[in-house]
Amino acid sequence: MTGLLRTEEETMLADAARGFLDDVAPVSHLRGLRDAGQTHDPALWADMAAMGWAGILVPESAGGSDMGHAAAGVLAGEMGKTLVTSPFLSSAVIAATALRQVAGRNDALSAIADGTRTYALALDEGNKFTPGSVDCAARRDGNGFRLTGTKKFVVDGGFSDRLLILARTDEGPTLFDLPADRAGTKRQPNAMVDSRDAATIVFDGVEATGDDVLGGLGQGLDILRPALQAGQAALAAEMTGLASGAFGMTVDYLKERKQFGAPIGSFQALQHRAAHLWCEIEVTASAIAHAGRMLDADPENATLAVSLAKARATRTATDAVIEGVQMHGGIGMTDAFDMGFYMKRARVASEWLGDYGYHAETVARLRGF
Amino acid sequence: MGQETTDLDRFREQTREWLQENCPEAMRDGKADDANICWGGKTWEFQSEDQKTWLHRCAAKGFTVPTWPTAYGGAGLDRAREKILREEMARIGARPPLLSFGIWMLGPALLQFGTEDQKQHYLPPIARGEIRWCQGYSEPGAGSDLASLQTRCEDRGDHWLVNGQKIWTSYADKADWIFALVRTDRDAPKHKGISFVLIDMRTKGVSTRPIKLISGVSPFCETFFDDVVVPKHQVVGDVNRGWDVAKYLLTHEREMISASGQGAGGGRSLGAILSDDSGGLTDACLRAAALRCEVDALAIGLTLERYKDMARTTGVGDASAMLKYVGTELNKQRHELLMAAGGSDALIWDGPHGSRPADWLRTKANSIEGGTSEVMLSIVSRRVLGLPA
Repeated sequence: MTGLLRTEEETMLADAARGFLDDVAPVSHLRGLRDAGQTHDPALWADMAAMGWAGILVPESAGGSDMGHAAAGVLAGEMGKTLVTSPFLSSAVIAATALRQVAGRNDALSAIADGTRTYALALDEGNKFTPGSVDCAARRDGNGFRLTGTKKFVVDGGFSDRLLILARTDEGPTLFDLPADRAGTKRQPNAMVDSRDAATIVFDGVEATGDDVLGGLGQGLDILRPALQAGQAALAAEMTGLASGAFGMTVDYLKERKQFGAPIGSFQALQHRAAHLWCEIEVTASAIAHAGRMLDADPENATLAVSLAKARATRTATDAVIEGVQMHGGIGMTDAFDMGFYMKRARVASEWLGDYGYHAETVARLRGF
Repeated sequence: MGQETTDLDRFREQTREWLQENCPEAMRDGKADDANICWGGKTWEFQSEDQKTWLHRCAAKGFTVPTWPTAYGGAGLDRAREKILREEMARIGARPPLLSFGIWMLGPALLQFGTEDQKQHYLPPIARGEIRWCQGYSEPGAGSDLASLQTRCEDRGDHWLVNGQKIWTSYADKADWIFALVRTDRDAPKHKGISFVLIDMRTKGVSTRPIKLISGVSPFCETFFDDVVVPKHQVVGDVNRGWDVAKYLLTHEREMISASGQGAGGGRSLGAILSDDSGGLTDACLRAAALRCEVDALAIGLTLERYKDMARTTGVGDASAMLKYVGTELNKQRHELLMAAGGSDALIWDGPHGSRPADWLRTKANSIEGGTSEVMLSIVSRRVLGLPA
């Protein structure tokens, strides 16, 4: 396995991404969308797709660049630094990884890679991530199925073209790949605290055929497992990017803000808190790099690495935004200042795809607790 | 690339064969604790004939200091080959043949700052385990503010005359020589009047006194210099520029301490150890704390790996303060949890060596020795983050 340092290729990818995102998607871009009441910028996603980002986990035979999970983490990290909103995780990471588990899905993968088709994962039913417990039912109806149930926290589900839906069949949890506008599908967009899209979706006897089943009946969790791990690792990378973005703003502020006749960054009480936070971010960055490497080199055994990354990233991002607001003082609490956006995104990302407790318990199970 | 890969493969094969033939069976238990490790030196009593054989064979091959040049007793290995040697030794659980402050600290300093004569004179006996060194940095009045040290070193024409006291000198009572920071200019700003000198511990006027810690014993001593005569050629680097050498070495020391903070408990997970102790880790508070510690331990272990790779390529510099900080704080937490899991059983004092309460108490020094956690945070904030003084 390659070491945990970035390869030359990954460094170039990060630099290119940073240049592009600083240009077109600084935090003010998210602010603009929020102020306009929008959660998604299709033009930005088209640009990302044109640069090959949407196909980063799509096989070359389907028009992707297939650069792997470590590279996807590099991109997610750069997006996290300026809170870039896009269907990257839902479509390019989670859906692409799920679709490539199954033969014959090259058309769908191509459409992801060229940015013409977006996906969302309809998985959660309760208010916490518990992928194994599925109430949403797909009942036999003639040659096909009818889906009934409600999915919550469907990230990007308010605008995506298609949905991957985990539903219970007689054979067990099964994954369906349906157009989001199939009759009987009611999408209720929610105003999420991070100003991004996450829908509640009600399936009221939605028809599905055998062709709509991704993989075999009862194999939904097997197909989903690598996709979830890919998403968790990329989300952890995004959160670590978020933490360093918030931290960078905080350190800049410590250097420029003066009180008691001195920059507040000269006070040891603040210096040590900032230094501690930097150490936390560095340690978490190692776990992020490791998760990417493990998913690329040994995906069957990546569970510990991925959960370690998401657990650490959740804690680190939370610390970074809490300290970020506190060290900025009053201005950190204002809507006009960007730190609040970091805090809100950190909270949503903490919950999505498993919170600290979920992933720490996974570590516990694998480490003999 | 193809040729290099072939060469490395061949080196691995040769190393494996050499180890197979030369590492005594009893030296393959992976032990590197005080009771089982060779520190060398004139007064060293080998704990077994195998220990002696293993040291001598490694020294003859240059494997006690594999990356040092062969001219100074090393094997002249590059990083890739050194890594292969470490991997092959780990594969059979080979003990390190020799540990010493000479290898970790003085050697790197001499290689960087020493004259050719100094390198030839001092390095080979370190490599062979013949001379054991100790480090004289801290003083009663110079701890975190190390540069305020006051041990006087006066120029007396054909020699130096040293007077003063050092403290926390590990193994001073067992060492043959000491490398010490002394003040050669009392009028210069504090960082600019310090020199790095080498002193034979048998010189008249040198004496030591062990310090007993809360953990029962310790390697630490006080070391006294009373009109100690030191030959002029025993200064490393320029006179009054000893702080440069010291800073270079402190970085090495930090990396070493943070590395030693890992692997306590033989790499077993904290959860597994605590589960044995408390019959399944049923205490929810303890379990949550242990799990948090385990998550951190895994991530810190990965960070050490990442930084070792970084050290071999771009360099680490002041960021090594982070490794020292997170590694030692983690080790303290770990031992608090081990004590809590052990309950009243863990309170039984069965001597200062390897017992759980002694180990627990000893870890409290981890975040003090080699620079306190607070000093590490100050280094990060000033030199890594660039926060103003």
